[in-house]
Amino acid sequence: MQPAALNRFASVLPASRVLVRPAELAAYESDGLSAYATRPLAVVVPETCAEVVEVVRACRDLQLPFVARGSGTSLSGGSMPVADGIVIALNRLNRIECIDPVERIAVVQPGVVNAQVTAAAAAHGLYYAPDPSSQSVCTIGGNVAFNSGGAHCLKTGMTSNHVLGIRAVLATGEVVEWGGRSRERTGPDWCGLFTGSEGLFGVALEIVLQLLPVPEMFHTVLAGYSSLEAAGDAVSAVIAAGLLPGALEIMDRLALEAATAAVHADYPPGSEAVLIVELEGPREVVEVERRKLEEILRASGPLEMRPARDMGERAAIWKGRKSAFSAVGRLSADFLVQDGVVPRRRLGEALRQIGTMASAAGLRVANVFHAGDGNLHPLILFDGRQPDGLARAEALAGDILRMCVQMGGSITGEHGVGMEKRDYLPDMFSADEIDCMQRIRAAFDPLGIANPGKMFPGGEAPALSHHGLHPLEKAGTIERM
Amino acid sequence: MFEPATLAELQDAVRGAPRVLCVGAGTKPRLSAVEGVRISTRQLCGIVEYDPAEFTFTALAGTPLAEIVAVLAEQGQHLPFDPVLVEAGSTLGGAVASGLSGPGRFRFGGVRDFLLGVQCVDGLGRLLRLGGKVVKNAAGFDVPKFVVGSLGRFAAIGAVTFKVFPRPAATRTLSLPARPGLLERLAAGRWNIDAIDIPPGGQRVLVRLVGPEEALEPLAADLLRALSAGDDAAEVAPEFWNDLREFRWALPTGVLVKSAITPGQVGDFTAGHVSCGGNVAYTSVATAAEIPAHLVGLTLTGNAPLWVGGRPRYAVEAAVKQAFDPDHRFPSLDD
Repeated sequence: MQPAALNRFASVLPASRVLVRPAELAAYESDGLSAYATRPLAVVVPETCAEVVEVVRACRDLQLPFVARGSGTSLSGGSMPVADGIVIALNRLNRIECIDPVERIAVVQPGVVNAQVTAAAAAHGLYYAPDPSSQSVCTIGGNVAFNSGGAHCLKTGMTSNHVLGIRAVLATGEVVEWGGRSRERTGPDWCGLFTGSEGLFGVALEIVLQLLPVPEMFHTVLAGYSSLEAAGDAVSAVIAAGLLPGALEIMDRLALEAATAAVHADYPPGSEAVLIVELEGPREVVEVERRKLEEILRASGPLEMRPARDMGERAAIWKGRKSAFSAVGRLSADFLVQDGVVPRRRLGEALRQIGTMASAAGLRVANVFHAGDGNLHPLILFDGRQPDGLARAEALAGDILRMCVQMGGSITGEHGVGMEKRDYLPDMFSADEIDCMQRIRAAFDPLGIANPGKMFPGGEAPALSHHGLHPLEKAGTIERM
Repeated sequence: MFEPATLAELQDAVRGAPRVLCVGAGTKPRLSAVEGVRISTRQLCGIVEYDPAEFTFTALAGTPLAEIVAVLAEQGQHLPFDPVLVEAGSTLGGAVASGLSGPGRFRFGGVRDFLLGVQCVDGLGRLLRLGGKVVKNAAGFDVPKFVVGSLGRFAAIGAVTFKVFPRPAATRTLSLPARPGLLERLAAGRWNIDAIDIPPGGQRVLVRLVGPEEALEPLAADLLRALSAGDDAAEVAPEFWNDLREFRWALPTGVLVKSAITPGQVGDFTAGHVSCGGNVAYTSVATAAEIPAHLVGLTLTGNAPLWVGGRPRYAVEAAVKQAFDPDHRFPSLDD
């Protein structure tokens, strides 16, 4: 490490919390997009917000790039280190400062794990709605940076819809506080702009989250179909009937095979696709809506319908769904997961095109997606031992993203642009629009030191390395959604 | 005054004078009471795209909210945040620029939570399409959210894309006598309440239940039983909400201020209308001199400072203003 930088950090943090030895840095080289790896100069481990502020100001003074990092589960390479920069590991800022059952809010530090918020709120009958599949390990700081989603976005929205207040240190060293404990605000929505800024503005120090009352009743139905189109048509019928389910998910045959092999999930025999619909609400409302849902699904010609009879059966349905990504790892050691969005009515067409493109590329693609909001998650299986394996998979991924944009959708629904999709940003935005965003970025970070190389095209090329499951996925700790 | 009818004409208008500001129907006049050439959005009007199956529509900024509400209703859909001043003629762009949401904000969120994309003209005269047109999108900075509540001070809003929801099959409104602890019991309860407001005076609490018709009767009965609301509780007509949304209670020529509050502060605001389960308050006084000392908020109408009680100021605000509008064609937040 450069001595000047080392000296500066030594004045901010004890030496034990400035990691510089290669063995210590190795764990921080990659994130959930394990195709990429870069070794940072150092990893610093602050324990207080004041230390984070000092670290960021030191980086500013030294013009040293920094990447804030929680659990490193980003699927877009968003928390990948910068080769000549430092990683600010925020895991020790993991205090839930307050759960207020009257105001129904949580005040948390950025290193608090997503699922811990709901666990802490449960005693008051409340929960934190955004539920990315990695929720058992991913942190709120990372969720805020990437505006994470989950399986319930159509109804309850993304992270951004649940962030009421943010205290942050910007890349300029300025400490700002936006929003607060109220669900409303006046003036421009700075919290909304900060959320999803992919770490390019600064580091969140404290976040106020809104909590919702836990729905009294859930009704979860799994239906098997003889074709993907039939499952997609069923989704359209549910929507057309005016229902607003908490979740509408589809898995295709390859994903079903994987889930069956991995967690012994059991699906209706002969299913080419499975639809999962979940209603939630007060029992009086759910009782009426479940009858309506049953009629709609019966008319959609399923092979079989399996309503969950109790919370155990509901949990089993979700286990199969949420394990799908890591389960695909059993079919292929190497895979890329994509995150494009298409208008809901074009889902069937999009899936057909993906199938055609995959055949032409000689690659297998498993599909798991949030059908309610048109958010696709094609899993492109490839063999990383073949010299052109990754390149072919990435080419197919690029074709899929461009197809999403052409259909009027988006290159990312919930994973963010990060390192992975930055070259596709110009497919979605004009040069003027990208320039506008870069001007905004420069307003927050005139030196370009906060998570440089992410979101915008033309950044420095990262070093490629091995492929396969994220180390946490291998350990069975997390799943991808 | 400019009256552009297309987005290209809006660009010309922004470039057409050194200091400009978009105005819609002028239903929140204090927000545009600044020096500068007016760009009226009156002609910049109409629904560009509406696909009920996608839960999205795109409309030009000057489209009256009344038109949007009616067209959505034909398809059994609505904007769950319950736009305000609809009958007064308020426009879609005005709702976005002012960041005002109605009582329905309580359940699913406000304008910010349903705005997906925006087409706006920055201070350089460039037409920019930011955000997306699908219900889920995480690409690029979320400029649409920033535009909400920005009062047209950073860019001129030309068109917006919103997410919509199915309209509940039925609604039922209960009026309960106000008492300590009632708001939080309602808000944390199992009834999936759509709106909780306290009309001016602070004596009553209005509660809106939504869902299938046959579910509402037992749900309402259970709510009244659980809260021991007794004989003093009554079902009231939905028009009550409309009077609140239109600010019919406010002094017609007075000062109207919006404040973001927490449920714990409700007691200070019951002279006016408390909305969104105790998260929003509107205060109406005859003149600026009568504004209570504790009040912090945004003046919507009347002759009073735009920001009552001040507002946070950070260096980055000036930098972001510079990014959108380097020549200061639009007024600043303090003008």
